[in-house]
Amino acid sequence: MSDYSLKTMMNKPERLAPGHRMCAGCGATIAVRAVLRALHEGDRAVIGNATGCLEVSSFMYPYTAWEDSYIHNAFENAGATLSGVETAYKALKKRGKIPEDETFKFITFGGDGGTYDIGFQSLSGAMERGHDMVYVCYDNGAYMNTGIQRSSATPMYADTTTTPVGKKSNGKMQNRKDLASIIADHDVPYVAQTTFTPDFKDIHMKAEKAIYTEGACFLNVMTPCPRGWRYDTADIMKICKLAVETCYWPLFEVDHGKWTLTYEPKKKLPIEDFLRAQGRFKHLFKKGNEDLIEQFQAEVDRRWEELQYKCAR
Amino acid sequence: MAIKERMSGNEAVSFAIRQVNPDVMPAFPITPSTEIPQMVSTYISNGEIDTEFIPVESEHSSMSAAIGAEAAGARTLTATSSAGLALMWEELLLAASNRLPLVMTLVNRTLSGPININCDHSDGMGARDTGWIQIYAENNQEAYDNFIQAYPIAEDARVHLPVMICQDGFITSHAVENIELLEDKPVKDFVGEYEPEEYLLNPGKPIAVGPYSVSNYAMEAKKNQEEALENSKEVILEVAKKFAEISGREYGLFEEYKTADADYIMLIMGSAAGTAKEAVDHLRSKGKKVGILKLRVFRPFPAEEIAQALKGCKAVAIMDRCESYNGNGGPLGSEVTQGLYRSKVMIEAVNYIYGLAGRDFTVNEVYDIFAELEDIVVNGKKVEQHKYIGLR
Amino acid sequence: MRTDITKINEKTPHEDLTEGLMIFAGGTSKLFKTGEWRTNTPVFHADKCKQCLLCAPVCPDCSIPVKDGLRGEFDMDHCKGCGICANVCPFGAIEMKEGNI
Repeated sequence: MSDYSLKTMMNKPERLAPGHRMCAGCGATIAVRAVLRALHEGDRAVIGNATGCLEVSSFMYPYTAWEDSYIHNAFENAGATLSGVETAYKALKKRGKIPEDETFKFITFGGDGGTYDIGFQSLSGAMERGHDMVYVCYDNGAYMNTGIQRSSATPMYADTTTTPVGKKSNGKMQNRKDLASIIADHDVPYVAQTTFTPDFKDIHMKAEKAIYTEGACFLNVMTPCPRGWRYDTADIMKICKLAVETCYWPLFEVDHGKWTLTYEPKKKLPIEDFLRAQGRFKHLFKKGNEDLIEQFQAEVDRRWEELQYKCAR
Repeated sequence: MAIKERMSGNEAVSFAIRQVNPDVMPAFPITPSTEIPQMVSTYISNGEIDTEFIPVESEHSSMSAAIGAEAAGARTLTATSSAGLALMWEELLLAASNRLPLVMTLVNRTLSGPININCDHSDGMGARDTGWIQIYAENNQEAYDNFIQAYPIAEDARVHLPVMICQDGFITSHAVENIELLEDKPVKDFVGEYEPEEYLLNPGKPIAVGPYSVSNYAMEAKKNQEEALENSKEVILEVAKKFAEISGREYGLFEEYKTADADYIMLIMGSAAGTAKEAVDHLRSKGKKVGILKLRVFRPFPAEEIAQALKGCKAVAIMDRCESYNGNGGPLGSEVTQGLYRSKVMIEAVNYIYGLAGRDFTVNEVYDIFAELEDIVVNGKKVEQHKYIGLR
Repeated sequence: MRTDITKINEKTPHEDLTEGLMIFAGGTSKLFKTGEWRTNTPVFHADKCKQCLLCAPVCPDCSIPVKDGLRGEFDMDHCKGCGICANVCPFGAIEMKEGNI
């Protein structure tokens, strides 16, 4: 693994071109750029993509934003599709149809809809079979492409268009699924959860490890969505910081079964700070809803403790 | 030198796969096609071929992985039946719209429900509008021969479409019959190396597959795909001609059996054509002018060619091993009569539904059908245009 | 570029579109100018910039080019004016101005 310097990394040629149609301030393409920067220069890549915001915006005929080869197949099969590409690589290499000095890496991107939900089986199969690939979930916590419907990644009490807050509803009733743990339980060589930190070192190091660890690897990247979360587009880095400092979105990795926190907040902030910054949780701050915030906090605490326990083993 | 053997349809197709040695095969087991991935896996385990087999977790993933592998530049194959094909439905459309020349060997089995493992054509027919070329076999020999012709058809630059090689579940796939196999070398030479021009794994030449397309491009893309399917008709015939040179066996879009002077023709597809031929031989010995039109290529649908082949007869029995649930007949019934109408061939036509979910189809039933056609023409008998055969 | 997308537009006859709508090239989206979307515009004050590059990775639109370790002027053809860069700049070297300038 290389030493990290933001300056060196930002000097590398971009592998995602501008001109894509993602919303202003979108977190997903920030994640894509960060992950692709971890590819070593000279290495080629085939990028897979589940249907979603990223796909419809990054390859709208005839405009592709991808400098590398790219394949979008459908919503629910990004894992299987890339496993086919990766297997083709093995077959063609073996038969001498790809020059020996050419290296391809395989990275697929899916939103939480395409990853946690409709593409879950396809992802699980690809992970279990151990294809030499990285599946990157850009988790913005709802089906944003179709207009902010709840997913199993949506946090409890979030106001979405299929869990709208109303007289008889406080938003989503269920907690979010802990996908990184579920994939770690597939016994794959490397799983990590990350988001954006000011120097982008955390996501970079994890992406590099995932790409250059042989076997099936998984990254869960929290990518805030200004439309769905309802915050000002300029504030994404503040939102990410709050998610990490409140331990709503802990940064950790599972490297060959060993759980490690890659960042530990000096002083864990109350979850209120993260919730207050977003319009989707506005209703929690109405008088009489204090217990909802308490419940949210209790759930964050429970998961944080569990994670610390796993990391201390 | 032809190799004389005895094999089931599944064994024959697996033997052809061994000879072609494709690059990648993702597959998920489903009766009655399960033997094919099993036999291919055994060939791989014994070092007879070096195909990369992907033991996927579902048929949905087998078609998804096949699309990925084929787009990546690998000659790719999968096998399935029934519900497996149904689960692939969305991906079948994508394989065709992405213009990927992959091949599937389909062992026809009825679709649920009720769940049943036996043969009819509802799986293949259910995929009739997915943009795949579909070629049906009467027996193990044809399944083998059709498979060998599949890649040269699919990979032709005028086509670039996926091909489904179909055989009847159990009746063909599991029954052991005589077969003439080709030697490995002529098969390899016939199929050739796969050398795509553009593919994901072409170093320094990136491509992008599977765009979002606005309406201003999508309709044009669909028309291009339709033209490729039309083009495939001549390619299928060219490939058949070349295949005849190495095998001595001739194939067309359909086979005409004793139809030249026939007054009554049965149009049928798959293994039941064998039963029908047996009946025709018997009826001919009694002086009945009857014949069989056995459809081989269902997609592209040779509507005009069929109409021309039928125009000299007085009545046709259009046999569907599938119910369309449209209140109006089966898929062949609809498409053949439409073809007759367009070509202004105004003969009597009755659409019979037979053999659903493995129901036997017998020589006696063929006699009855020909007798009914004659009754219609000679005595003006009024017959329902959409009838079930062998129904209690 | 093997596919010349300047020859493909919404009036192109069907036979001239690429097979399967594949694009045989990379990065063709550069030709699509998303700068028109801007409702706010970043202004770069080079004199205040210390070249820490914290602004470069946060851009969703790859519109802060870095060359030889130094950031340059914004790519106004593609910048959508989200303002993330201005918020992360510790030195006030990026100022957001209202409107598409």
